[in-house]
Amino acid sequence: MLIELRGIHKTYDNGQPLHVLKGIDLGIDQGEFVSIMGASGSGKSTLLNILGILDNYDEGEYWLDGKLIKNLSETEAAHYRNCLVGFVFQSFNLINFKTAVENVELPLYYQGVSRKKRNELAMHFLEHFGLADWATHYPNELSGGQKQRVAIARALITQPRILLADEPTGALDSKTSVEVMNLLTELNRTEKVTIIVVTHESGVANCTDKIIHIKDGVIGETTMNEQHKASVFGTATIMK
Amino acid sequence: MKDLFEEIWESIKRNKLRTALTGFAVAWGIFMLIVLLGAGNGLMNAFMNQGDRFATNTMAVYGGVTSKPANGYQVGRGIELNDRDITITQSALFADYVDKVSPVLYNGPYTLVFKSQHLSTYLCACNPDLLDMNKIELLFGRFINRNDITMQRKTIVLAAAHARELLNGGEDYASLLGKTVTGGGITWLVVGVYKTDRSAQRVEDYVPISTIQTLHNKRNMVGQINFSFHGLTTREENEQFEKTYRAALNRAHKAAPDDESSIWIWNRFTQNMQMDKGTHFIRRALWILGIFTLVGGIVGVSNIMLITVKERTREFGIRKAIGASPWEIMKLILAESVSITALFGYIGMFLGMVACEVMKMTVGQSSVEFFGETVQLFVNPTVGLGISVGVTILLVIAGTLAGISPAMKAARIRPIEALNET
Ligand SMILES: Nc1ncnc2c1ncn2[C@@H]1O[C@H](COP(=O)(O)OP(=O)(O)OP(=O)(O)O)[C@@H](O)[C@H]1O
Ligand SMILES: [Mg+2]
Repeated sequence: MLIELRGIHKTYDNGQPLHVLKGIDLGIDQGEFVSIMGASGSGKSTLLNILGILDNYDEGEYWLDGKLIKNLSETEAAHYRNCLVGFVFQSFNLINFKTAVENVELPLYYQGVSRKKRNELAMHFLEHFGLADWATHYPNELSGGQKQRVAIARALITQPRILLADEPTGALDSKTSVEVMNLLTELNRTEKVTIIVVTHESGVANCTDKIIHIKDGVIGETTMNEQHKASVFGTATIMK
Repeated sequence: MKDLFEEIWESIKRNKLRTALTGFAVAWGIFMLIVLLGAGNGLMNAFMNQGDRFATNTMAVYGGVTSKPANGYQVGRGIELNDRDITITQSALFADYVDKVSPVLYNGPYTLVFKSQHLSTYLCACNPDLLDMNKIELLFGRFINRNDITMQRKTIVLAAAHARELLNGGEDYASLLGKTVTGGGITWLVVGVYKTDRSAQRVEDYVPISTIQTLHNKRNMVGQINFSFHGLTTREENEQFEKTYRAALNRAHKAAPDDESSIWIWNRFTQNMQMDKGTHFIRRALWILGIFTLVGGIVGVSNIMLITVKERTREFGIRKAIGASPWEIMKLILAESVSITALFGYIGMFLGMVACEVMKMTVGQSSVEFFGETVQLFVNPTVGLGISVGVTILLVIAGTLAGISPAMKAARIRPIEALNET
């Protein structure tokens, strides 16, 4: 198993404690393309942040690529975030005073890769994502879809073990959403990238091979979706 | 390294006005520090110049007025030093410490005349040993010698400033050697010319003591006694020596041995020790003052960096989410803080040095009349390379101090919290 969660508990305590995750057990294999669905406030983002080592958990064990991710120092956590996971956000989270290519190469900077190599690799990724012409543009000069593709390029440039995406199409229109989902699907099929997507949209979930439902802080039913027929709106559609 | 500087440059570019304002505070602090130190140095150099005129291991002894009755005499008796006091000073009693001894008897003012030129001066009657004690630097000819003394020759050693006046502004001082000048109705043979610098307060011409004593019927009178000494290194040793020496002279003049006003001793060595202490104190006070000004600048930089950190919270969150360690984030803030402080600090330092140069050219050239003596207020009011290095180190430390709290704050940012902020 690439990812293994055993009895993960998470409680937020802002004055009054809020028990969000109540014992999550989950395993995900290398090369899987999974989506997580659930009602608003059910703890999807919380779970994904824990998977992305952006947040810690109170109880249980999280194994990533054979390493126990628990009680890490900030420096260790930074190291694992840098080389093991790529994170894509709903709001892109690009650094707006850096150009597209500078944004993409930033994770390599924190690995100590030389300037020239960084730039080469970042350009290679941008070309692959059809953004070569936009490399020296700043985020505010890009469309939502372009921004999200830059963000995906940035997440993948260190060749992480998993790609985590929290509502990657949440801020995009339906056409761009399709483009982004097609890109993720292609990455999963050809590059064998393990992808976990959190979404509200059944159309987005329908693109994935496995849909995990989260309810009341625990994993509910898991739907296998190799045929991509899960959407009530039919195959290969993303409804907004 | 290059990347780090690019990041700093980006950040500074985005906050030009803010950076300039903070920078101004730092530049002002350093400017004040340099100007204060420069002015202080100028003052102290002026002090030192005075002290420098004499060898430091000398004492000058003067006769005073008794303050204690002794041997049947009332208080208020004037004491005049004479040849016997010279003999006592040179006696075996003080041979362990005393080196050279010279009487110094001022005479004048006389009008010295050479051809059509004349000037007013004091003649300083002495013996050959005064040469070293007063650090007299001969330009041409020789100083008063033993033969002058024993033969009571009417020889004179002129100050360069006077030679110039007598030559009506001419520079060929050597041409005066072997010529005669008249003064006080006597014809003096010029045997030497010694160097005088602009800052010298009183310019005098030297003649043999024996000649003056005879001419003026002042047999035995010596005015004051100058002598050099060795082996007295601490304040206590000096005081002990002065005490026994004073007692010896007092006894010779039938005054109370411990009478401190009948014999005046001016010890240039302890004087110097005191001056050193004084200059140390001034220097320290100036540093403290300057540093307080600088602290204001540091607080300014620190505040600005805190605001920067707050504004960049989300960006730092993103950086951390893609793998920046806390130290990487700290580095950004610290480097920016040090860069701003150092850059503007150097600007301030440069302007401060320019100001010092201006002081040197204006106030530094002026002098005041002080009890008939010309005293320069400032001499070379600048700061040396050592201070510049000190300031550089100070700037780096200051920048680091200013950045440390904002940097730690930045390093503690938790990525999810930063990213949740909108
Ligand atoms: N930092 C936090 N402090 C306190 N409570 C939090 C925090 N983050 C999330 N929560 C709460 O935890 C619960 C789960 O939040 P989470 O963001 O995981 O839900 P979600 O499933 O992603 O919802 P959505 O679909 O709306 O994005 C919510 O009730 C939320 O208010
Ligand atoms: Mg969410």
